[in-house]
Amino acid sequence: MTIDQTIGDLQSEFASFPDWEERYSHIIAMGKGLAPYNEEFRNDEFKVKGCQSQVWLHPSISDGTIHFEADSDALIVKGLVALLMRVYNERTPSEILNAPADLVSRLGLDQHLSNNRTNGLASMLKQIKLYALVYSMTRVS
Amino acid sequence: MSNISTISSTAFDVYAVRAEFPILSRTVHGDVPLVYLDNAATAQKPQCVIDSISRYYQCSNANVHRGGHALGAEATALYEDARATVASFLGAEPNEIIFTRGTTEGINLIAASWSQMVGDSLRGRNIVISGMEHHANIVPWQMVCERTGAELRVIDVRDDGTLDLNHARTIIDEATAFVSVVHVSNTLGVTNNVHEICSLARAVGARSLVDGAQAVVHHATDMRQIGCDFYVFSGHKLYGPTGIGVVYGRADVLAAMPPYQGGGAMISTVSFERSTYLDAPMRFEAGTPNMEGAIGLAEAIRWFKRLDPSAMREHEASLAKRMHADLYSIDGLRILGPRESHVGIVSFVIDGIHANDLGVLLDEQGVAIRVGHHCTMPLMKRFGVSSTARASTAAYTTSEDLDAFTTALFRAIKLLR
Repeated sequence: MTIDQTIGDLQSEFASFPDWEERYSHIIAMGKGLAPYNEEFRNDEFKVKGCQSQVWLHPSISDGTIHFEADSDALIVKGLVALLMRVYNERTPSEILNAPADLVSRLGLDQHLSNNRTNGLASMLKQIKLYALVYSMTRVS
Repeated sequence: MSNISTISSTAFDVYAVRAEFPILSRTVHGDVPLVYLDNAATAQKPQCVIDSISRYYQCSNANVHRGGHALGAEATALYEDARATVASFLGAEPNEIIFTRGTTEGINLIAASWSQMVGDSLRGRNIVISGMEHHANIVPWQMVCERTGAELRVIDVRDDGTLDLNHARTIIDEATAFVSVVHVSNTLGVTNNVHEICSLARAVGARSLVDGAQAVVHHATDMRQIGCDFYVFSGHKLYGPTGIGVVYGRADVLAAMPPYQGGGAMISTVSFERSTYLDAPMRFEAGTPNMEGAIGLAEAIRWFKRLDPSAMREHEASLAKRMHADLYSIDGLRILGPRESHVGIVSFVIDGIHANDLGVLLDEQGVAIRVGHHCTMPLMKRFGVSSTARASTAAYTTSEDLDAFTTALFRAIKLLR
């Protein structure tokens, strides 16, 4: 499934929730379903800056695709992390770099999350793209 | 869960008070009614305060203390009347009142000016604060200590969230030069015995400052009774505008202190060789002051006094009691601080639930609380938490607000568990 298709799926998922409670239940469930984070990488080096809660993001690459592990100490943020993982995990650097930049608004999340949280999401997204950029340059050189 | 009967409304009509605050009738997230329980961060403003600011600009705006036209004289009179209103609110004289931007600037002003006055004599001496201080009453003193070589000492906080006065008696000693403590903790809602702490300071010849940012709305604040040398607070937590604050400084103490900032309005004469300064309080108010702020604050104080502060305190004490009871009934919830408090500031944590998640889900239901470290990181460390959720009441808080808060809290917990 391409990034666009995954975003399309998420769009219809999120459009189907009648109220905030269902929307957050879904985000929280996604967070609870996130693969366990390797404790070895729970340190400042892999902490994402600019989030109110603590967020960790660890990248690795094999066969040209990036594998992310991620976690947060707050459940809703962890759900948002899981959402990003569905879109960006196991992708090639160029897929990530060419992905649409307006994920947050395409999912309608900017209307439901406060500025602090959309800023946090933007910080995570920026970090994902930075890692992709680094990997893409490493491959070229 | 709801216990309306415990809330006294005989002398104090909370619904009438509430009607004076236009913002409280708005909704958030579309059509969700606002339940504002972040009053320890800032209080909302009654219509009369809002009106006083527009009236100032519509009718009386001119620069103060600067000269001889009718508007200037009128603005100066309003500004100096505001100073007198604040002075009488604190049981002080007008020349003991300095207008600042807020509590933070007030503490910085005193720390900078006082430390400049005592200078190098601070080496080998100590400055005492408490373990529940806001960062604004920690960092300025750390800066003084770094500059002068003084030692920073900290009064212990006990497990129940109160200050250990025995420890205070031990660490306040002959080498103590300054004691600076908070009157009411912004995180715990606990009221400290500042009268006692200021006496300890006075007994060893040390100066004392009380951070009254939270206390001015919750306690009678008579400077002579507290016995402090300095008292600081912000207008915006007292139903007044933001950007205006107050330093009370005892007249004889202020008289000996050097200016904080230099500029216009604080000088007597200026030449390139040497300038001379005006007396306090003008010496500490360089530049054009926040005139509408001072006037708005004076209006807020007059409004506050009209309310009957003791009836209002009784109302808030019953809200605090109710909030404690409601929260204690929740499984896995821990309140930081004393089990009982007359001040409507309650910080809590819930097992297995991050405060930020609570904040998000309460906000979604229109309930505004604060989550985080509340600018008291050392206190968070003391209680072994990184953040808490804090709900705080005001004069306009109703028992329906508390109903909405507990209902919203239950729904949030259900989603998060």
